[in-house]
Amino acid sequence: MAILKKASETAKKHGLIGGFAIFLAVVSFSSPEFLTPGNILDVIRQVSITGMIAIGVTFVVITGRLDLSVGSMLTLLTVLVVDQHNQVGPAIAIAYTLFASLLIGIVNGYLIGFMRLNSLIVTLAMLSLLQGATLFYSGGSNVNVTNPQETWFRFFGRSEFVDIPVPVWIFFFSALVGSFVLLKTNFGRWVFSIGGNETASLFSGVQTRGVVLIAYVISGFGTGLAAIIMGSRVMGAQSTIGQGYELTVLSGIILGGTSMLGGSGTIWRTVIGVTMLGFVQNGLLLLGFAYYVQWLVTWAVIILAVWIDLAAKRGRVFV
Amino acid sequence: MSNTVGMKKDSAAKIMTSIKSSSLSILRIIREQHIWVFLFICMVVFSLASPYFFTLNNIGNVLTQGSFIGFLAVGMTLVMLNGEIDLSVGATLALSSALAIGLQESIGIWPAILVALLSGAFFGFINGALVALSGIHSFIITLGSLMGIRGIVFIFTGEEALMTSDYSYTEYPEIYIGPVSLTAMIFFGFALFFQWILSKTRHGLETYAVGDNEKSAHEAGIRVRRHKVINFTLCGLLAGVAGVLLSMRLGTAEPNAARIWELWTIIAVVLGGTRLTGGYGSMWKTVGGVITLAALLNGLRLLNTPNYIELIVMGTVLVLALILDKTLTSSQSR
Repeated sequence: MAILKKASETAKKHGLIGGFAIFLAVVSFSSPEFLTPGNILDVIRQVSITGMIAIGVTFVVITGRLDLSVGSMLTLLTVLVVDQHNQVGPAIAIAYTLFASLLIGIVNGYLIGFMRLNSLIVTLAMLSLLQGATLFYSGGSNVNVTNPQETWFRFFGRSEFVDIPVPVWIFFFSALVGSFVLLKTNFGRWVFSIGGNETASLFSGVQTRGVVLIAYVISGFGTGLAAIIMGSRVMGAQSTIGQGYELTVLSGIILGGTSMLGGSGTIWRTVIGVTMLGFVQNGLLLLGFAYYVQWLVTWAVIILAVWIDLAAKRGRVFV
Repeated sequence: MSNTVGMKKDSAAKIMTSIKSSSLSILRIIREQHIWVFLFICMVVFSLASPYFFTLNNIGNVLTQGSFIGFLAVGMTLVMLNGEIDLSVGATLALSSALAIGLQESIGIWPAILVALLSGAFFGFINGALVALSGIHSFIITLGSLMGIRGIVFIFTGEEALMTSDYSYTEYPEIYIGPVSLTAMIFFGFALFFQWILSKTRHGLETYAVGDNEKSAHEAGIRVRRHKVINFTLCGLLAGVAGVLLSMRLGTAEPNAARIWELWTIIAVVLGGTRLTGGYGSMWKTVGGVITLAALLNGLRLLNTPNYIELIVMGTVLVLALILDKTLTSSQSR
């Protein structure tokens, strides 16, 4: 038993990173371009959209709730920013998009925080509503930026700053700010306390309803920023552009080790989880597997990661 | 004199209490069965709005169209009563429908159907076993298998829609009693059967007990883990049945079939009034939710509304149902 316990402790501390290192080694052995700076930056740029959303959703998950509406929200906001860019110019389009993202966050947060409705169902309803709103807005047709070469809107997704793509910078600074808010402010402590024990935090004077609302607003805002990067990167949008993002985001958060029950987790764990997922997907593609094989691998990786974590916590493999 | 006044007061009070209690019991019925009230309102509204809605043919259509989500919803209800959730039902449906059509050529129709059904039960079993053995919440387990099983579907089909070469295959479910198709009859059969299981058998009663309080159920001697594995397996099997019937109806199986159907399923079950937290709900309510959902979609389509209206209405109805449920429960507890 002692050996098992020790093994599981080692696995918990180093298992995920170790497994990831082995994966990196295997892939880079068979595909020399995998661990080149160019490809690494490519992967991080790809995950920066998922990552921006995941940073916001992490707040929601730590309060012990879920946000399944981010995929549809990403679609709607990307369509909005691209279409408005053509009509009123980039600056106002960005302002509209961020405003809309805050608004959706407030609606989610009001229904879940103040009316105390089940977050899974509310955000599920929102997923459907926002998908409908997107089709209503665009009529189902694709939208494209008419002058992708001239507009300064290309800055967010297509340009580089000190040889590093701008989305990576935005991702990095959002992670810094998110981390600071979560770890160093009263609001961050309240988020943890609600996830740990909602009743207790209510009785100790935490405005639980408001904190939950703001967590959803943060999740919405992160998605708004992601939509701007997405719109600028693609310079267009169709009504399925954000489909499935809610699942990728959750997978990344879970892989990072944040508990779905709330009360624990950090932004850095989410960043690591999302990035690892990005490398796994990129590596599998470089190895020549079809894109859908990565779903199968993601399944195994997520369950293994969570299981190892749980097993180490309780000192037993099985319940 | 004073005696008669007293008697009058007495009888008046009695009448008042009886009125009060009857209005309370009406309230209680509405609280517990609001899905039927809602279905009735839907029916009336759509019948007034479209002359084609309340026809025998169309009602039969509604039942058939609803059945596919219905199979998933029956399974989901079992799992949800346990306090768990299964997000992988849509992917399982797609897999079984792909297997039923893809294996026909090599092993024949009936063996292919058998393999398809077994694949549903198998992945349900895997979900249940992982939930029971690892202690990871079913949301995470089935979120993973939602992606994983879809990956298997893509690998099996090679990203292409499979088509049956034998068109008699699509004739199998074309048996009608009046307007009711075989598919709908099988759905009602399953719903009836599992309602019986839930209300009359030990397994059913234990389902409620486990969902209500897992720990005390365990301490009362219920084998919680085995119990959950059974319910997940049943849920997968039902998704397999839905997949086979869908492949018969369409004659094709495409790898993206039933994408986000797990969401529609959850919507149907929750509309019916079954609680996500487990321990409360019934198969009847789920049948109500399924028919209401199907009637809503069908009615909106008959009214020629654009696609997005249906999405917006669904979202709104779901939130309203939740608010209604919340209000009625809190008025009860006061």
